Amino acid sequence: MNPSADALKRQFGAGIRRVTESCGDTIVTIDPARNVAILGWLKDAPDQAYDYLVDVTAVEYRDAELPLEVVYELFSLSRKAPLRLKALLPKDRPLELDSVVPLWAGANWLEREVFDMFGVTFRGHPDLRRILMWETYAEGYPLRKDFPLRGRFSRSEQVRQALNANPEAHYSMDELHIAEAYHELPGDMRERLARGERGRIPEPGSGGDG
Amino acid sequence: MGVTPQPTGGAGLELASPNWLTTKLDWLVNWARSNSMWPMPFGTACCAIEFMATAAARYDIARFGMERMSFSPRQADVLLCAGRLPFKLAPVIRRIYDQMPQPKWVISMGACASSGGIFDNYAMVQGIDTVVPVDVYVPGCPPRPEGLLYGILLLQKKIRGETLADPAIRVERSLDERGLPLSPERIDELSEPFGNSLHQTRSA
Amino acid sequence: MAEKRTVELALGTSGVDERGRPVTVPLGVETPGLAVDEAPDLGGEHMLINIGPQHPATHGVLRLVVELDGEVVVRVIPHVGYLHSGFEKLGEYRHYNQIIPLTDRMDYLAPMSNNVCFALAAEKLMGIEITERCRVLRVIACEMSRIISHLVWVGTTGIDLGAFTPFLWLFQERERIYNLQEEWTGARLTTSLTRVGGLMADIPAGFEDRLRHFLKTFPQALDDTDRVLTRNGVFVGRTQGIGALTGAEAINYSLSGPMLRASGVPYDVRKDRPYLGYESYDFEVPVGEHGDVYDRYLVRFEEMRQSARILEQALDRLPDGPINVDDHRVILPPKHAAMNDMESMIHHFKQVMEGVPAPVGEAYFPVEGPKGELGYYLVSDGTAKPVRWRVRPPAFINLAAIEKMSVGHLLSDLIAINASVDIVMGEVDR
Repeated sequence: MNPSADALKRQFGAGIRRVTESCGDTIVTIDPARNVAILGWLKDAPDQAYDYLVDVTAVEYRDAELPLEVVYELFSLSRKAPLRLKALLPKDRPLELDSVVPLWAGANWLEREVFDMFGVTFRGHPDLRRILMWETYAEGYPLRKDFPLRGRFSRSEQVRQALNANPEAHYSMDELHIAEAYHELPGDMRERLARGERGRIPEPGSGGDG
Repeated sequence: MGVTPQPTGGAGLELASPNWLTTKLDWLVNWARSNSMWPMPFGTACCAIEFMATAAARYDIARFGMERMSFSPRQADVLLCAGRLPFKLAPVIRRIYDQMPQPKWVISMGACASSGGIFDNYAMVQGIDTVVPVDVYVPGCPPRPEGLLYGILLLQKKIRGETLADPAIRVERSLDERGLPLSPERIDELSEPFGNSLHQTRSA
Repeated sequence: MAEKRTVELALGTSGVDERGRPVTVPLGVETPGLAVDEAPDLGGEHMLINIGPQHPATHGVLRLVVELDGEVVVRVIPHVGYLHSGFEKLGEYRHYNQIIPLTDRMDYLAPMSNNVCFALAAEKLMGIEITERCRVLRVIACEMSRIISHLVWVGTTGIDLGAFTPFLWLFQERERIYNLQEEWTGARLTTSLTRVGGLMADIPAGFEDRLRHFLKTFPQALDDTDRVLTRNGVFVGRTQGIGALTGAEAINYSLSGPMLRASGVPYDVRKDRPYLGYESYDFEVPVGEHGDVYDRYLVRFEEMRQSARILEQALDRLPDGPINVDDHRVILPPKHAAMNDMESMIHHFKQVMEGVPAPVGEAYFPVEGPKGELGYYLVSDGTAKPVRWRVRPPAFINLAAIEKMSVGHLLSDLIAINASVDIVMGEVDR
């Protein structure tokens, strides 16, 4: 058992829900509302010194009653000690958590991937958008257990959506603003953006290529 | 060959073919095309590494005139899709295929490019033939360099069997008004799971 | 580290100023009222260009949207996901041994190290202790994978910077390792070497001699490439001072592997969280100083030499014995037993049809892959298919730092920096 678990209980009291061990790894379940405070303390306290964020991910169980878990894997480079923390998000409420990007810059893309695959929103994230699927992916959040393996649409519909997205679907709003600032957007794209039509796949028969 | 004379299109050779001159011309053109195909290496995954090994010193694709890789589709003859094609990449390969000038051919290298391979899931195009028309399929995961070379030799054989007199070979097959290269039924049929894939959706 | 070898080279022109930013050469255009050495303000707008996803120098299907002020990079916005294949979703529908062929196809430049890492994670989850021979053979597999991955890296980075010849020399060396992989597993690239509790097959007769022969001739290829690249004015000029990250920044970006060690942080999973008996092998971990592209090149080059050293030691200590654990609930019984003995047949049937169930629990297992810390996180609910299979992808996390490294450099430096991250898109996108 990692001694940090006891130190956390002393420091945060009720903020630490549970401490378990599995296959030799210590797992601390924390209050999701205090994740930034707890992780920040683990990073900065001199006797904890968990300066390395190994991974941020999420787990959804096959039993639909169980909450969604957001998992933080930490490592202390100086003490060579790993620690795993979990924040449990009940599924009857919106899946939201504060972002830890202010603590570790490496969390940026890791949290974007959790958003893309599970639909967990990270408050305060500088650039929360999809990273592995395209910007306007309409089928849902792939790693959720209610998402079927082959996706929700038929194969021909998936091909049609992939081939016919407006070009804006492959650019972030940031990039579109940069291009707009230098008057580099083509006229028809500018009109579509003004109408708020960044993501609409043209209906069949209306002319595919934007 | 029994080609009915067409009023327009092609090189105007249809009105006079087949004869000794057109067959000799065909032979010359096809010899030139097949022995200096410039590949457009659309390498995505593991097959791209085997393609690089085919281009390297041991298997040497330069023997077949293909060492000049053309990374610009405007100068390429063969689109060599080496690796799996997710849906996010589908518009990219379609655009690159459309940018290539005629004559152009497509080699689908590997199981994933030919049929989706082991990835029968939400993210993967189930064979690039649902997105671009394919001439030669090279099976394997990844195919050995010898396998890829065999596929290239098959394509060369196919090219040698072509004729300038048939305009239908070189017609540009763009997307239809639905924005699809084939009918939706045909795409669903090509993408149907088969073999072990039929049983894989049972989780636990 | 016992001794520090510093490579210091004096260039004709330093090329970088004291802050490490490239020195721009003024155009020397005669403008009335403007001194010749003042860079004329061309009054230009920024350009937004798109590199990829199909591009020879992006090392796979990576898309970089770059905002340029002339040739200086102002912003880089990387777009990944063009090779997203749904591996983690597929893993939830596969038995543990069926996931092993999936792991080959993520980091396809070093497939055996992925196989080994997954088997170690599954064995940690199930509480299985592997045999000594299996342990040493897995070390051999990991180090062979490290060598072939770094060979591709040096070759393709050379191509990006204009040196085509080392690519051909080093791919010849890769072919020799591919021959060994093919002898052992039947496949050059998609090896699927391990099984939970052991390996797919033992090394064939003569493998050790052929591997020793490779180790005798391999240093010559490395020396040839070293002679061509390491002190080459063009190579050094394009890589020194480019894309530097301090150690603190590298830790904050969760970098790992040669990217982290080139910035001076001596974290290597083999030394700090040892597995497979690495604590008993005698090898050094090269650590850089400046954190630039040149240091990453030196670190990876030296790692190949150290891998060759580990391989020699592993071959010397390879013990006899079984490669698989002696538990037929986990490992398939030999064919003659399954055909003759009822109990073995039932074991065979249950493993093939139902898979091996793992106890309820979870395990995270990191190894030092060639790209960095590769870790697999497996969560089990007591069935034969994992509830969650998470891949901690070193290339994905290393790539996130590309904007930090490239801003202020030139476009051609961006290509060098992108090459130095050593990405493999199969792992970045999974």
